[in-house]
Amino acid sequence: MRDLYNNSVEFVRTFGAFQLFSLRVIRYSPLVLLSRFDLVVKQIFNTGALSLVIIMVCGLFVGGVLGLQGYSNLARFNAEDSIGVFAAFGLIKELGPVITALLFAGRAGTSLASEIGLMKATDQLSAMEMMAVNPVPRVLVPRFLGGIIAMPLLVAVFSTIGLFGTHLVAVELLSVDVGAFWQQIQITVDMHDINEGIFKSFVFGVAASMIAVWEGYNAVPTAEGVGRATTRTVVITAIAVLVFDFMITALMI
Amino acid sequence: MKLLDESSENLIEIRDLKYSRGHRAIFEGLDLDIKRGEVTALMGPSGTGKTTLLRLITRQLVPQHGTIHIGGIDIATLNLAELYQLRQRFGMLFQNGALLTDLSVFENVAFPLREHTKLTNRLIRHVVLTKLHAVGLRGAADMMPSQLSGGMARRVALARAMVMDPDILIYDEPFVGLDPISMGVIVRLVRRMNDTLGITSIIVSHDVAEVSTVADCSFLISGGKVAASGSPDELRTANSELVRQFMHGMADGPVAFHYHAPDYEEQLLGRDAE
Amino acid sequence: MQQTRSVEIGTGLFVLLGMGALFFLTTQTTGGDDFSANETYLVEARFENIGSLRNRAPVAMSGVTIGRVIGIRFDPVSLEAVVQFVIDSQFNQIPDDSDASILTSGILGSQYIGLRAGGSDTYLEDGSEVLFTQSAILLENLIGKFLVNAGSKDED
Repeated sequence: MRDLYNNSVEFVRTFGAFQLFSLRVIRYSPLVLLSRFDLVVKQIFNTGALSLVIIMVCGLFVGGVLGLQGYSNLARFNAEDSIGVFAAFGLIKELGPVITALLFAGRAGTSLASEIGLMKATDQLSAMEMMAVNPVPRVLVPRFLGGIIAMPLLVAVFSTIGLFGTHLVAVELLSVDVGAFWQQIQITVDMHDINEGIFKSFVFGVAASMIAVWEGYNAVPTAEGVGRATTRTVVITAIAVLVFDFMITALMI
Repeated sequence: MKLLDESSENLIEIRDLKYSRGHRAIFEGLDLDIKRGEVTALMGPSGTGKTTLLRLITRQLVPQHGTIHIGGIDIATLNLAELYQLRQRFGMLFQNGALLTDLSVFENVAFPLREHTKLTNRLIRHVVLTKLHAVGLRGAADMMPSQLSGGMARRVALARAMVMDPDILIYDEPFVGLDPISMGVIVRLVRRMNDTLGITSIIVSHDVAEVSTVADCSFLISGGKVAASGSPDELRTANSELVRQFMHGMADGPVAFHYHAPDYEEQLLGRDAE
Repeated sequence: MQQTRSVEIGTGLFVLLGMGALFFLTTQTTGGDDFSANETYLVEARFENIGSLRNRAPVAMSGVTIGRVIGIRFDPVSLEAVVQFVIDSQFNQIPDDSDASILTSGILGSQYIGLRAGGSDTYLEDGSEVLFTQSAILLENLIGKFLVNAGSKDED
């Protein structure tokens, strides 16, 4: 009973600390964006450009699977032409943002958390403090901003490549009419749907980057602690992304 | 900043310092003075909080009780901007160098200049190469920290600590894990920096032999207090049991070989479980 | 310097690719632009029931898309649905006695407006109204009718 109480208090404390930490990071963000954009660019490369290959490969296959599944189900109603709509809605509104965010957590989030954790474990953050350089704007904020900027772009790449994956399977493999495929998409998909996807990707970008940076910064400064921080990054990001996804979808419908 | 105020002989004064982490008390009323322009060594058995003391002096940690004055200023009263201003007068050498792994040796040394000054690239290059030359690593300027040996990394870190021309240089375990040659190099550098540049140096170490060759004054910290102080010679001939044990590296003495444990016989017979 | 150069190139490529993808999604997957870009004229039609007709649904004649629905509202006076749609100006010789019906593409497909040519010499123009309309055929009603018919046959 006493343990339960302590754990709950500890949980609330951690949650509160996370909010305060987020505020601190966000408060420095405009300044860093304006005065140290070179650092942000470097992080866009680290989180975005380096995640590109995995995003593209996964996008292609997810799109392909949607094509196969969609075909086998829609063909029963003679509605193969709607396969494009089926895939486009799935990719743009749900799978694009969610899978990209999960892949981002696995590829970029872990590398952020372990990088920052290692900087802490090897006293690099303390060394910065001692050189009168605040590590929050110098180390954390550029990584956070890099993640936020990279995520919507990654999502867009994922969804686009995914649609081409569906196109490949549906049109080239299963001979759905190419005109019907794209026309149906254009008729049904609305700017509103794309905005929903972009909004989601932005929210997921904030969540995934902030969690990675937080876990790295608060890692126990040992080899084991850094390892645990990377694991926690993936787990917590996955949960946060799916919960946020549910909430946003519920709000937008 | 009144840091260069020459009125008192002591640059750093610590009074009645108490600090505990969790339920474990690390310092229980520590008093300590560090004299301007000298090499001061803080020694003690492992786990006595020597590194913690450094972090308290540089206010990376805040004590629960007691005061720390640096150059007459109570550092607990500084706000963040003033603290950072004060820290620019500090140079600190971390145990493993703590070089920034994503920057080259040159950029590591240039880092404080780039962050705090608006010097031109040519001037930065000049200053950085001078400092690297002083530690004998001008040739390694383009290497990455991962390519350096432990001793070289520490020398680069020393060059970095020196680059802003600090008033106080702090060394955290500078001799640990070095081969005798590298160790000799570091010892010579510490002494030379201190004497030629008029810096106040603080060394935290448990390496008795090396510290004795370089320190003007040593403090032996144990049980949360200063157990003994004086020049290395005074410490070596001191009467205290603890000092003798530490200075001569004996297994038995006030610091017990056995960590606190239940009675040996009782535990072996399994009676303590009841 | 070489290192920062490759970072810059990689970042540039990545951002361009992302922007390109975003551009593709916003222009190529959302429809309607092909009509709003061209000259169009506005036509209205009143329906008793529009079923599940949506904004942006196509307007087709002989199966060829010639326009798009741009507005659906309910007229509280006549208690009818008023559908506004635009037709590409190049199709300016549609007889004004043509009739409009709401059709379904495939059995579960989306609904669209089908125009069937009449025989008048005057043509539809901006602001005119299609007078002959046929409401959406609702699957539920169809099934209901079928059941009623089946029931009444049994009684005979």
